[in-house]
Amino acid sequence: MKLYLKIWRQSDAASEGKLVDYELDNVIPHMSFLEMMDTLNEQLVLKGDRPVEFDHDCREGICGQCGMMINGQAHGPIANLTTCQLHMREFKDGDTIYVEPFRALAFPIKRDLRVDRSAFDRIIMAGGFVSVNTGQAPEANGIPITHEQAESAFDSAACIGCGACVATCKNSSAALFTSAKISHLAKLPQGKMESRKRVLSMVKQMDDENFGHCTNTEACEVECPQQISVLNIARMNWEYSISSVLKK
Amino acid sequence: MELNAKIPPGPLKDKWSFYKDHAKLVNPANRKKMDVIVVGTGLAGSAAAASLAEMGYNVKSFCFQDSARRAHSVAAQGGVNAAKNYKNDGDSVYRMFYDTIKGGDFRSREANVYRLAECSAQLIDQAVAQGVPFGREYGGYLNNRSFGGVQVSRTFYARGQTGQQLLLGSYQALMRQVAAKTVKLYTRHEMLDVVVVDGKARGVIVRNLDTGEIERHSAHTVILATGGFGKIYYLSTLAMGCNASAIWRAHKKGALMACPSWTQVHPTSLPQSGDYQSKLTLMSESLRNDGRIWVPLKPSENRKPNDIPESERDYYLERRYPAFGNLAPRDISSRAAKERIDAGFGVGPQKNAVYLDFSKAIKEHGKGRIKEKYGNLFDMYRKITATDAYVEPMMISPAAHFSMGGLWVDYELMTTIPGLFALGEANFADHGANRLGANSLLQACVDGYFIAPYTVSNYLAGEIKSERLSTDHQAFIDAEVQVRAQLSKLLEINGTKTADYYHKTLGKLLYDYCGLSRSKDGLIHAIAEIKKIREDFYKDLKVPGGDDEMNGELEKAGRIGDYLEVAELMCLDALTRDESCGAHFREEYQTPEGEALRNDEKFCFVSAWKWRGEGQEELLIPEPLHFENVELAVRSYK
Repeated sequence: MKLYLKIWRQSDAASEGKLVDYELDNVIPHMSFLEMMDTLNEQLVLKGDRPVEFDHDCREGICGQCGMMINGQAHGPIANLTTCQLHMREFKDGDTIYVEPFRALAFPIKRDLRVDRSAFDRIIMAGGFVSVNTGQAPEANGIPITHEQAESAFDSAACIGCGACVATCKNSSAALFTSAKISHLAKLPQGKMESRKRVLSMVKQMDDENFGHCTNTEACEVECPQQISVLNIARMNWEYSISSVLKK
Repeated sequence: MELNAKIPPGPLKDKWSFYKDHAKLVNPANRKKMDVIVVGTGLAGSAAAASLAEMGYNVKSFCFQDSARRAHSVAAQGGVNAAKNYKNDGDSVYRMFYDTIKGGDFRSREANVYRLAECSAQLIDQAVAQGVPFGREYGGYLNNRSFGGVQVSRTFYARGQTGQQLLLGSYQALMRQVAAKTVKLYTRHEMLDVVVVDGKARGVIVRNLDTGEIERHSAHTVILATGGFGKIYYLSTLAMGCNASAIWRAHKKGALMACPSWTQVHPTSLPQSGDYQSKLTLMSESLRNDGRIWVPLKPSENRKPNDIPESERDYYLERRYPAFGNLAPRDISSRAAKERIDAGFGVGPQKNAVYLDFSKAIKEHGKGRIKEKYGNLFDMYRKITATDAYVEPMMISPAAHFSMGGLWVDYELMTTIPGLFALGEANFADHGANRLGANSLLQACVDGYFIAPYTVSNYLAGEIKSERLSTDHQAFIDAEVQVRAQLSKLLEINGTKTADYYHKTLGKLLYDYCGLSRSKDGLIHAIAEIKKIREDFYKDLKVPGGDDEMNGELEKAGRIGDYLEVAELMCLDALTRDESCGAHFREEYQTPEGEALRNDEKFCFVSAWKWRGEGQEELLIPEPLHFENVELAVRSYK
């Protein structure tokens, strides 16, 4: 296949960026999207140009490092998929593809398609953990947790922290990311104890990081590679309301 | 130089207790005066950093990823072993110890392996307390699955994302300490050298990958938890950024490397489909609980798998290893697959795969049950191959996966440089010549949570009088000069080939000559070839851009420069071990049935290698292995 690529190039956070045109021949349908980018970069390097910087690591959909806007969609045209798992068979010969970084005020651009998602780490720092030190744990089977409860906690805990939810949201809200961690821990007896304090401080951090508000468009769930449900957001709001009232 | 593993005295089952009872302690007031550097934020690194910070030490934690949560432990799928005996199926610490020693083909230390099994139960407790959502039975108690190489069910799991969930547990523990300001976290920082002062590890030189800035950091001890280097084969199940640079540079500063050629080739990865391919995706070994592996009886079969009748299928693992069947250990399963593929029975467009078939399990247990157990793996398979494995068998193939070898460490997980520790996959310690499934997550966690806090404290207790070291010390200046020179050297070549070109060339060579099977002639050939590739690398590499800015190509080139040296040592290591054991299969040493033939008389040792300078052959220093509790048996899974 032959592709016409329009890729966002920006040398650092302070510089102005722009879309640059590239043509790429001999793209094979079995290639992953990132392997297509590798092929382009190989050609750029050989010409003495700077290759396109993009985030990626595990290339099996679990590390959450990759992510770009492909034709305006976070992680590209297929729902619930990371960029590394998107394959070129989803495109046609002669297609023009727009490739841009994840867009959000809270995710400043570092270079080309790489963005700074450290705001997510700071949200976790605000309370996305159980306060247990190494060595304090009781016997694992001491507190039974029903199969359904464990499975439901897993569904929330599966988030890979890629940021597609933020990038796809018209408000750049991090509600899905934040609520997934709040729900995961609130659904388990081990995390329940701190849930009131946790929800208040994580939501505050989310606001401080310049993420927008959630207006329930549910766009995030469509793009989420782990299919994290928007019901987590409902749960976060519920936990938040109760915790705010009971705080006094 | 004699290697002393510092194994505590006493009976096997009391050694770790003896160590803990006698290890030196640092009092809480002194701990805050002591600085610890931890490189890597996978399970071993984040667990060690969080645990040491909880104790009161000042910790600096480094990772090259953009968040600590992305380290490659995240990708482990199937599970984590622990001798809880929740299934009442005869499991015990001793049995787990024995399975692991046997699985490693009797090439690991008894005391280390016993400690691993001993600490396993505690790890499950710790993870559950952190909120890791392990799979549970309907009654609310923890569930287990079986894994290869054992006959009990001792594997705890969180669907097919156990590594992710365990890592999120340790990442969250780490971030809790970052919030408490006991840990200072440096993401997107790559370690480029260890600084050694008066023979002791006292700091690191790192490069900020976002700005290109070179930084010096000093401490009282340095812990490397930088993972494995299976990515040296280019096509592997590892992440693109996984590398050997941290341990290799420590090696060149005096830390011995042990058994670097012992690489596990995982039997159930997706096959290669073309030259553009950048990685091979793993399909969890847990699938072998319910999937049956087969190839057609007829070579060059062209029918679709579902059109081939039962009578024309060769379930070769069940045929060759009836006692363990599809759950034979990884080295044996991979070799058996290679044997069938090489004999012309491979399937798929490139004839490089075997089938993993779930039709029997789906018939017996229903699609719903299979979906619950492996749903995400089937989804992943469909996303990558556009094939529905509920309907058609998966196609799988062996792929480079785990480094059993790594930095030589003693019982305290300390390298031959005092004050430099190596944890998790970065060390060689517990798996011998072959790692059992679901033992890697365990080892990383146990090293980080339960061993390092004791052994690092024991070391630091002897350092309380040593002052904080200024990074203006000559050793830091020298190390930085060297690091800068190395980076400039790569940039100045300005040749015509990319770093990836060299990586792919090297990877193919290693698969052919230092992969699933090795031979004397092949290894000699490979060493000569590696020297040529390395020479060409420094003559014809092209890296655009500079070293004072973000430069992904420069990062890659640095790692590949190191790989080109590691590769030579791997081949030398394989060449000097005239026996077959575990993952190390020398064609000259096999039984008439094609099974590995060990030579306990001559090779019952760990090969530790000492760097002697550019262009000089490394020196082999053997550490003899003493077996006092188990008998060296022929490893049979028949």
